[in-house]
Amino acid sequence: MRVPLSWLREYVDLPAGVTGRDVQAKLVSAGLEVETVEQLGAGLKGPLVVGRVLTIEELEGFKKPIRFCTVDVGDAGGTSQAGGSGGGTGEPQEIVCGARNFAVGDKVVVILPGGVLPGDFHISARKTYGHTSHGMICSARELGMGDDHDGIVVLPPGSETGADAIELLELVDEVLDIAVTPDRSYCLSLRGVAREAAIAYGVPLRDPALLDVPAHNGEGYPVRIADQDGCDRFTARTVTGLDPEAVSPIWLQRRLQKVGMRPISLTVDVTNYVMFELGQPLHAYDRSRINGPIGVRRAHPGEKLTTLDGAERILDPEDLVITDESGPIGLAGVMGGADTEIADGGSSDVVIEAAHFDPVAIARTSRRHKLGSEASRRFERGTDPLTTSAAAQRTVDLLVGLAGGTAEAGVTEIAAPTEPRVITMPADHPDRVAGTDYGRETVVRRLQEIGCDVLGSDELTVTVPSWRPDLSYPNDLAEEVIRLEGYENLPSTLPQPPAGRGLTESQLLRRRVGRALAGAGYIEALSYPFIGTEVFDQLGLDEDDERRRTVRLANPLDDTEPALRTTLLPGLLSTLRRNTGRGAHDLALFEIGLVFLPAAEQVRPPRLPVDRRPTDEEIAALQAALPDQPRHVGTVLAGARERPGWWGPGHPATWADAIEAARTVAREAGVELTVQAGRYAPFHPGRCAVLLAGEQVVGHAGELHPRVTKAFGVPERTCAMEINLDLVEASGGVRATGPRVSTFPVATQDVALVVDADVPAASVEAALRAGAGELLESARLFDIFTGPQIGEGRKSLAYALRFRAPDRTLTADEATAARDSAVASAARQTNATLRGA
Amino acid sequence: MSAPNKSYDPVEVEALKPDAIERMRADALAAIAAAGDLEALTHVKTAHTGGGSPLALANREIGALPPQAKAEAGKRVGQARGAVNQALAARQVELEAERDARVLVEEAVDVTLPYDRRPAGARHPLTTLSDRIEDIFTAMGYEVAEGPEVEAEWFNFDALNFPPDHPARETQDTFFVEGPDGGSESGVVLRTHTSPVQIRALLQRELPVYVIAPGRVYRSDELDATHTPVFAQVELLAVDEGLTMADLKGTLDHMVVSLFGEGMTTRLRPNHFPFTEPSAEMDMLCYVCRGESVGNPDRPCRTCSSEGWIELGGCGVVNPRVLTACGVDPEKYSGFAFGFGIERMMMFRHNVEDMRDIVEGDVRFTLPFGMEI
Repeated sequence: MRVPLSWLREYVDLPAGVTGRDVQAKLVSAGLEVETVEQLGAGLKGPLVVGRVLTIEELEGFKKPIRFCTVDVGDAGGTSQAGGSGGGTGEPQEIVCGARNFAVGDKVVVILPGGVLPGDFHISARKTYGHTSHGMICSARELGMGDDHDGIVVLPPGSETGADAIELLELVDEVLDIAVTPDRSYCLSLRGVAREAAIAYGVPLRDPALLDVPAHNGEGYPVRIADQDGCDRFTARTVTGLDPEAVSPIWLQRRLQKVGMRPISLTVDVTNYVMFELGQPLHAYDRSRINGPIGVRRAHPGEKLTTLDGAERILDPEDLVITDESGPIGLAGVMGGADTEIADGGSSDVVIEAAHFDPVAIARTSRRHKLGSEASRRFERGTDPLTTSAAAQRTVDLLVGLAGGTAEAGVTEIAAPTEPRVITMPADHPDRVAGTDYGRETVVRRLQEIGCDVLGSDELTVTVPSWRPDLSYPNDLAEEVIRLEGYENLPSTLPQPPAGRGLTESQLLRRRVGRALAGAGYIEALSYPFIGTEVFDQLGLDEDDERRRTVRLANPLDDTEPALRTTLLPGLLSTLRRNTGRGAHDLALFEIGLVFLPAAEQVRPPRLPVDRRPTDEEIAALQAALPDQPRHVGTVLAGARERPGWWGPGHPATWADAIEAARTVAREAGVELTVQAGRYAPFHPGRCAVLLAGEQVVGHAGELHPRVTKAFGVPERTCAMEINLDLVEASGGVRATGPRVSTFPVATQDVALVVDADVPAASVEAALRAGAGELLESARLFDIFTGPQIGEGRKSLAYALRFRAPDRTLTADEATAARDSAVASAARQTNATLRGA
Repeated sequence: MSAPNKSYDPVEVEALKPDAIERMRADALAAIAAAGDLEALTHVKTAHTGGGSPLALANREIGALPPQAKAEAGKRVGQARGAVNQALAARQVELEAERDARVLVEEAVDVTLPYDRRPAGARHPLTTLSDRIEDIFTAMGYEVAEGPEVEAEWFNFDALNFPPDHPARETQDTFFVEGPDGGSESGVVLRTHTSPVQIRALLQRELPVYVIAPGRVYRSDELDATHTPVFAQVELLAVDEGLTMADLKGTLDHMVVSLFGEGMTTRLRPNHFPFTEPSAEMDMLCYVCRGESVGNPDRPCRTCSSEGWIELGGCGVVNPRVLTACGVDPEKYSGFAFGFGIERMMMFRHNVEDMRDIVEGDVRFTLPFGMEI
């Protein structure tokens, strides 16, 4: 809402010398978000006067048509180039002009040498197009009046030649731009903002809606309201005999321009003006174009209406429409129809509509048709139902006064019976909400200032004004008191919560996992969860892969990414690609985040009430409508895991690093993962690990399939891991028990076992451990050897076995026996033979 | 080497004459002093104290002396051998020290060599800043509450007093989950704030409730220097008997002091949110200029554009209708809540100029933030 300070002063006697910035500060403190204060005409300096065009000479031979004019500027003419304002000799001025939208005799705005236009544009007499131009004829844009640059400003014929145009056009002003929150609909009007300004400055308000209005008399234009829920109030007034030639006076046009409306025609301008003044949207119909009574009803299915913007709209049975005998003639509260609009040349007889519509109905219609207007903006936030008659009266008065019309005596005033809203509240309620002591007297005074009637002593009975549909509950009234007393004056106290239990195990685990991965050299990335479904092809997923089932958005930001991720890898891979694209080489990234897995069948959650706690069953039904959202951890690696340098060669990131990242995560949850060979997209079929916690698959790790690295444009041999942290957490959580530390000496035995090449090392180690018995402290694979000595298709695995007893020094025989038992077990379970045996 | 000679003339043994002993001793000491390294010293030791050394031989001759001469000769030889051994030991220590010093010098390295063998890791600053904020409040007794990111509209809007079709709903720029019919009427959205977690907390927890709800939220804004469609938020909810707006103010003040240091404070400005009444916009004192740039053109402040205050987020007294929807008696309980975006907090706490740097995952941005923030 744009509020010109000059207009605001019409209703509030602001102290002399108060600037727009001052008013801004006061209103911000009262809760109006005044975003900017625009300085109109900043730097503007005269002489800027009304001129009358005396002669026009068309100059030929230039790239564009140019006019050489003489202009009568009254006394202002003939001043010297350096001259300031005032007294000239009265001689006509010779001025060159590039615009063509004026004729001899027109009144125009002329800036004379010595003047300065906004933007520090200094005017002097200068030679151009073969003539000396003593000044310039101005356009609206040059004057800072608006964006209109179609031509120069042509003033109404009655404008006085030589008059100061800065004053006439109110070119110097300040305009407050207020972002009105949805609850303060009344501030979408000068009347509402003036009320706040009056309270802020402690001065009285001249309420422009306080008008004498005639009552319904049955002789006005007939109106039939078929839907009182949608329209509980309708005022219709008729004005006849308007001068179709009449144009809006300068002051009216200027005020509309300053609030951001384009002047159109007198009748339309007046309805807009009154809407900005009082907050009540109005509509004017050309009476000669409406047939029979005006009606208000819901649209019939399939009905059509061409609105003022020229669009044909198919109406919904919920749409509230204005009708005549021919059918819909307007979308109520949103936009009028093209058929009954005021004709371009003006209409001589008009019917004025000022109504009150149901905010929800207007909001739905506006949204349904994607059609917003100044009217719908006000109706959907709630207008003052008691202002319709005053707004109609104000419109009638202006039309009569400005266009010579006659107000018909007939007045239609339809109003459903309504009671003002009454709130009862303990007088100390604002005190208790604020945590300070205002006292009853202050509370009552503040509520009265905003227009409430207040009765009672300890228990207040507060009748709220018709323009405040937002005030319904005691806390609404408390806010009014607290904001007017100043939020800045609230005390600052610190409540004492009961002792808390700190972070949950799950929250602690997440932090540990993040720290562990970062400690292992991974950098956290937080990707957007939006994906396009083509990533599943890039990942090489089977057609029936579960991960292809996604939660989809109805209104994605980017139509190519309409779904939510079911895996973290696409996001990590695109972050990897971005980094390599920017020149990074050795990269290890991780992400901890949710993935979104749709339920087998999508159900709509029930619409639950808000006037009570939902039952547990209702909450469960809401929950059941949501997708499963497990938390995953993913990593990707490319380049060197260890860089080469003066210390020696480096070590590329491999599938083994990816698996180790998964182990790192699991260990933070107290889980030792089991690793098995597997085949799972997007991994290399020979370099993919299935990760298990106990019997449950919790994730996969390994090197990516070469086709996948190619499809994502990431380095060859990129490795990755993804693990379901929720599952890992669920299988962990066992508190570690303190080991008994033996201080007896260790006995070390190395064994080299030869097995078939496809026997997993994990099986060999498991067999060794099983056979070694309780004396085994550790078994560590320290070498793998293949070669002709071992035989084709065979490999040798060398293990260091460490044996130790808790209570004695082991004898060599004991250690050897344990080793032999381990080897025998490996032989049984994996066909291993002791190398060299 | 010969066996002791028992058949010689016991009166005169040349080797045991005092000057002979003295010579042996002097020779040994000179050789010891002349030994340049430990190896040479080993040779010297063998030559002058070994079994075939003159002093050892001399010692062996003592037995051949008449008893009356034994004591004196024995004393003389013993003293000489003692002196030699002592000199040997001293020289040994001396030479070892010399050797050690030389070896350590030879083993010296260039300790200024760079060592980036294993690339460093880091957590994302949004995560660590969120942790830090959580820690401030868990230290006060608050607990951290969480909820799903894909959320039912009832939690995200209805229960928070956004009536259906109310214009306030449209201000949220909501992503709607597609329904089975392909439309947006699924009743499920990407949460637009972490406020639904407040509702879940009130439904699940025993009163009083003091929770902080950090998490990812979604608004359909295009990514640019100051907006991102996916961002992190922290909200706080306190519901107890007798909580006031002054308690809200105090809690905010405590938070900004914890995050930015002593002397920091907040300011409330009236605003409107459906879920709070009264509602306020919260600003914090500009931590750079502390308000001193206001009206002081000589000392402009880029952080706050010389406004003196930085807008943080929204807050207010929990709307009693929200309590009702959660089955909490608004006659008995009251509460306060606030919420703000962590990206924004990070931008001014860590002087980040472009939102895109925070969301793009460029390792050059994240790495310097390390493990904690």
